[in-house]
Amino acid sequence: MAKVVTLHYITKKRNIVTQFKIGEKYMKKYILLFLLIFVTASTTSYIYAEKPLDPSGATTGTISDVAAAKPGQPTLEEIGTQAGHNKVAINMVWVLVAGFLVMFMQVGFAMVEGGLTRAKNIAHTMAMNFMIYPLGMIGFFICGFAIMFGGVGTLGTLGGADALNQEFTINLFGHAFGLIGTKGFFLNGMYDTGILTLFLFQMVFMDTTATIPTGSMAERWKYIAFVIYGLAVGTIIYPVFGNWVWGGGWLSQLGNMFSLGHGVVDFAGSSVVHLTGGVLAFIGAKMIGPRLGKYNKNGSANAIPGHNLPFAVLGTFVLAFGWFGFNAGSTLAAGDFRMAVVAVNTMLASATGAMAATAYMWLFKTKKPDVSMMCNGMLAGLVAITAPCAFVTPQMAAVIGIIAGIIVIEAAFFIENKLKVDDPVGAVAVHGVNGAFGVIAVGLFADGSYGDGLNGIKGGVTGLFYGDASQLWAQLIGVGANIIYVGLIGFIVFKLIDITVGNRVPAEDELAGLDIPEMGALGYSGIKMDKNAETPLSR
Amino acid sequence: MKKIEAIIRTSKFEEVREALGQAGIDFFTYVDVTGIGNEIHKGELSYRGTVYDTSYISRQLLTIVVRDINVQKTVDAVLKAAKTGEIGDGKIFVSTIDDSYRIRNGESGDTSLYNKEA
Repeated sequence: MAKVVTLHYITKKRNIVTQFKIGEKYMKKYILLFLLIFVTASTTSYIYAEKPLDPSGATTGTISDVAAAKPGQPTLEEIGTQAGHNKVAINMVWVLVAGFLVMFMQVGFAMVEGGLTRAKNIAHTMAMNFMIYPLGMIGFFICGFAIMFGGVGTLGTLGGADALNQEFTINLFGHAFGLIGTKGFFLNGMYDTGILTLFLFQMVFMDTTATIPTGSMAERWKYIAFVIYGLAVGTIIYPVFGNWVWGGGWLSQLGNMFSLGHGVVDFAGSSVVHLTGGVLAFIGAKMIGPRLGKYNKNGSANAIPGHNLPFAVLGTFVLAFGWFGFNAGSTLAAGDFRMAVVAVNTMLASATGAMAATAYMWLFKTKKPDVSMMCNGMLAGLVAITAPCAFVTPQMAAVIGIIAGIIVIEAAFFIENKLKVDDPVGAVAVHGVNGAFGVIAVGLFADGSYGDGLNGIKGGVTGLFYGDASQLWAQLIGVGANIIYVGLIGFIVFKLIDITVGNRVPAEDELAGLDIPEMGALGYSGIKMDKNAETPLSR
Repeated sequence: MKKIEAIIRTSKFEEVREALGQAGIDFFTYVDVTGIGNEIHKGELSYRGTVYDTSYISRQLLTIVVRDINVQKTVDAVLKAAKTGEIGDGKIFVSTIDDSYRIRNGESGDTSLYNKEA
């Protein structure tokens, strides 16, 4: 039997060798033919070109490129039109590309959250991170955008569309408090390039918030409960607070109404995006309770190791990359060169955050440079610099990152050991605590060189250390308002979900892993899991 | 000298280890095993719309070698800790072992099963 097999094998091999030799015979001819075609094509196109070729780019883009009735001789008006068109074009390209970068952050979140949870739940964790994108988007399309930006006014950098002009206000203390926008439901009446650019950019920001609680509530959250939450966060929870800070609502007008600095200043969303997500993550994780086996009877915590640290590390890098869109894109204008400062501040804070967290774990905590904590440190630095990135010097950005990297570890330990809230990925420490710190950091470190005219106030945004204490008060009010509002509405939403469909899966499903009972499919089909996929014993 | 082989639920592993530790058994090996049995599958698996059932059951196999005097308390510990009352809790097999050696110093017999120094 064996003999036959060997013979067959040899015959097969010989066939391949012969075939190869036949091919080789014609190879030289083919090469010559291709070379000939290539040379002919390149020389002929050179001969027939009308405009001289411009390999250096020095003569491309001249007066003849300006759209004009008489080519090459545009009138002043035609030149002005072209210049304005180009200005908006550059802004729009920047905002769109930055939005695409932020969308890519969904990948980062999925990887970080998937990596820091157990293998037996991976299909469930990933499916949550995947579906939050469409769910949140539909919510934002239905009414989120209208509530958040219905009254934002004229879009200065994106072509000056002014259709978003209805803000619902109430009068208190002789001032009009803007609460929610009321125009643009289902994007009705918003068929405008500038407004749709804004929609895309703000939609992906909302989705960043929406995906944060999926981390803190991972490994025990019913999928149907998550679906309802996903719609709630995109329709109401996020947009209302967003309106207060970014949509012309009352927090942004604190400067006009009560001379508190520039009102609440949050450049790219430490409060609007991250603190909101962090507070939701905390309320959700608190209400759903710790994972089975997380805490012993005496209250000490057990480690439940994530199943894929490489995933977590790569996801952190993806997030850090997307964050350039998040922060630098928030200028909403490529003509605003401050975006260079923003980008540099962002990367500096991410680096110092990661280093501070690593060093803090290494020197003072477990005496090891903890991998998942260094990831959390980088994210903490990024979250903390999100609000102040446009208003501080690079030196101060580095300092903010260092503080964030230390805060995140202390906060994670405090939340786990003192508050007994089980947060598998550290979402509350990263986004909640450092989101609050980032907003407050504006009131401390802003150096007054940027932000003239922001929220209708003259002069740059100036923090306490540079002489304006009122800005700090505005920031503190912003943090307080966020925690109270998001905490309250988050509690109501999670409670309603709990009463109707229930937040938590049955204990036996949690022990078996959510992949089969919840999703009906194994994330790692055909791969055997070891004991690390199991639930630790509560002693 | 007896060998006790126990097939238990993977989710019960930590509890069984705890119970064995309390019974004074702190040396055993275990391996992840897959088997076929009477357990009724609760969650159906489906892939791209097609429902399927592998009917493979994942369990852990503990292999515990103890002196004769410790057999009963070992079995009792596993029986108690691995029980849920549902079909599929597992089985325990007891068999005789001829001899054993400790590799470090070559000692054999009962004394090689426990650690005098500790």
